[in-house]
Amino acid sequence: MSANADRPPVIAPGYTPATVTDKISAVVLNKTPRWWYVGFAISFLAAQLLFITIAKLLVLTVGIWGINIPVAWGIDIVNFVWWIGIGHAGTLISAILLLLRQTWRTSINRFAEAMTLFAVAAAAQFVLFHTGRQWLAVYWLFPYPNTMGVWPQFRSPLMWDVFAVSTYATISALFWFVGLIPDLATLRDRSKHWFGKITYGMLAMGWRGSARHWHNYETASLLLAGLATPLVVSVHTVVSFDFAVGIIPGWHATIFPPYFVAGAIYSGFAMVMTLAIPLRKVFGLEDFITMRHLQNMAKIMLATGLIVAYGYGIELFMAWYSGNTFEQYMIHNRILGPYGWIWLLLLLCNVLTPQFLWLKKVRNSVLGLFFISIIVNIGMWLERFVIIVTSLHRDFLPSSWGMYTPTRWDWSFFVGTLGLFFSLMFLFIRFLPVISIFEMRGITTGHDFEEQAGEVKP
Amino acid sequence: MSVLSRLFARHVKPEFGKPGPRQEGGDLPPHLYGVIAEFGKPETLVHAVHATRKEGYQVIEAYTPYPIEELHDAIGHGPSRVPLLVLIGGIVGGLFGFFLQYWTSVVAYPLNVGGRPYNSWVSFIPITFECTILFAGIAAVLGMLVLNGLPMPYHPVFSVPRFQLASRDRYFLLILARDPRFRAGDTFRFMETLGASLVSDVED
Repeated sequence: MSANADRPPVIAPGYTPATVTDKISAVVLNKTPRWWYVGFAISFLAAQLLFITIAKLLVLTVGIWGINIPVAWGIDIVNFVWWIGIGHAGTLISAILLLLRQTWRTSINRFAEAMTLFAVAAAAQFVLFHTGRQWLAVYWLFPYPNTMGVWPQFRSPLMWDVFAVSTYATISALFWFVGLIPDLATLRDRSKHWFGKITYGMLAMGWRGSARHWHNYETASLLLAGLATPLVVSVHTVVSFDFAVGIIPGWHATIFPPYFVAGAIYSGFAMVMTLAIPLRKVFGLEDFITMRHLQNMAKIMLATGLIVAYGYGIELFMAWYSGNTFEQYMIHNRILGPYGWIWLLLLLCNVLTPQFLWLKKVRNSVLGLFFISIIVNIGMWLERFVIIVTSLHRDFLPSSWGMYTPTRWDWSFFVGTLGLFFSLMFLFIRFLPVISIFEMRGITTGHDFEEQAGEVKP
Repeated sequence: MSVLSRLFARHVKPEFGKPGPRQEGGDLPPHLYGVIAEFGKPETLVHAVHATRKEGYQVIEAYTPYPIEELHDAIGHGPSRVPLLVLIGGIVGGLFGFFLQYWTSVVAYPLNVGGRPYNSWVSFIPITFECTILFAGIAAVLGMLVLNGLPMPYHPVFSVPRFQLASRDRYFLLILARDPRFRAGDTFRFMETLGASLVSDVED
């Protein structure tokens, strides 16, 4: 264990179940800090942009966007894939790291899960409204017995996507809520105000923390984690099928599923980092979200960043190795075509920048990690732009080539979903515990208990 | 015994229902639910649970601020039934997902695309998988809630003022009045010998 000795701890020393409980629940139960109002107001204002754009979109439909033929999927789908990708870290942290018994996940899983939910909510705006005629999309997307006797085409990856994303949203929401139940009971017991007592009490549903409760609870959590693990891998795999099953050069590639999943985890951890660094600062939670967490996330970002870089390399190699004219032209156009500068920027953001994470000095610098995480977020957005727009705008027939420029309504929709995401995030950090309290209690005493139990037992 | 009653029979036993036989005492509350003891350390609680069971008490329950595996072993509640429910949910979901696609694509709305088979089961795999996970996950959550008897807005232990510390750093042991071994005064005195910091009656 000497290798672990010089690592920063998962939780600062000296905490007990009582102090952990008081410190985390104080974030929720204390008076609202002033910066919260400012932050929420800005986010909520940006969210209004979403509602305005949607209103305009419902009247004039997708013609207000820059999409055309051949580029029928513009940054609406770029944004969808970007948001869904971000939504992967939450379930990864809470499910896969739970199965791997990584105790450091405890203090970041709660808000990473919340981030997942809100990212999926933002992504859902795009799938819902890019259909153009949303009132018809109900029978395009969902199998329900309608008067026309028409059913969806289940052989289409787009249908798989509907099921994958809605299952993911449902399971993530359940996982998140189940994780909250014991903490809601804690807030019910700590809350001084009658409104808080009643609200948290209703949400806690009468949780008492009995041995039977905990046993069923732990079993259900473990099973949910086991179910969510293949699910989280399947979601971005299915999203990549949206492209890979098509025959467009630049889409039709077998590397897509693993490459998309790695990219999703990459961007998800980048977003967790972007949110965690200011969060631990403003709430003074540095004792719980320690440098150990930031370093571990940085390492995961580095690993997945390398997989993504390998994916870029394989795309280049396969285009050459396939001997296919169209594939080769696609790469040529990707690097030297009119959108070539975006590809270059993508390499800078996604391949070059994470290499700094090899340095321990960078992994120890909060500010450095914050900047790298933001650059990776931008890079992952650019990656989806390169895949979607650059592949579409010049395919087989030069006579049907075209260009794509997003309009202001494209951008307002995107900024609007950012507003929605951050509004929900602000509401979450104000009204619910950002760190799993009961799991932190276990961490403060867990090892202690095992050592002493042997002596006490008769 | 039907499958359902086998599934849900045991959860009703320890915590719910009317108080059982008890001896009349001097200033005992009229409706006694049980006697609860408060402990400051999880080790003392586990020790107390062992002692209580050794004494012959069966209908007992312990409350802790976080899950403690040793406590579950000590109190002897037996394995959880959540996994069985999840298995059933998964099987039902998988069958539902596949046959939804089979029925719509083969029976209700067959589309002949260049003579390709209607039952193209390979392309039905992703949705079958997603439905399996969805149903199993919902079964896990609802199963956990039902087996725990939640939602239950009121429970007698909530009337114990210090019980709100069960969600902070205190550990509680409850012997229910329904326990056949329960004798109002004796049980109270017995619990005082367990090293508890506080013992009190729980009114129904």
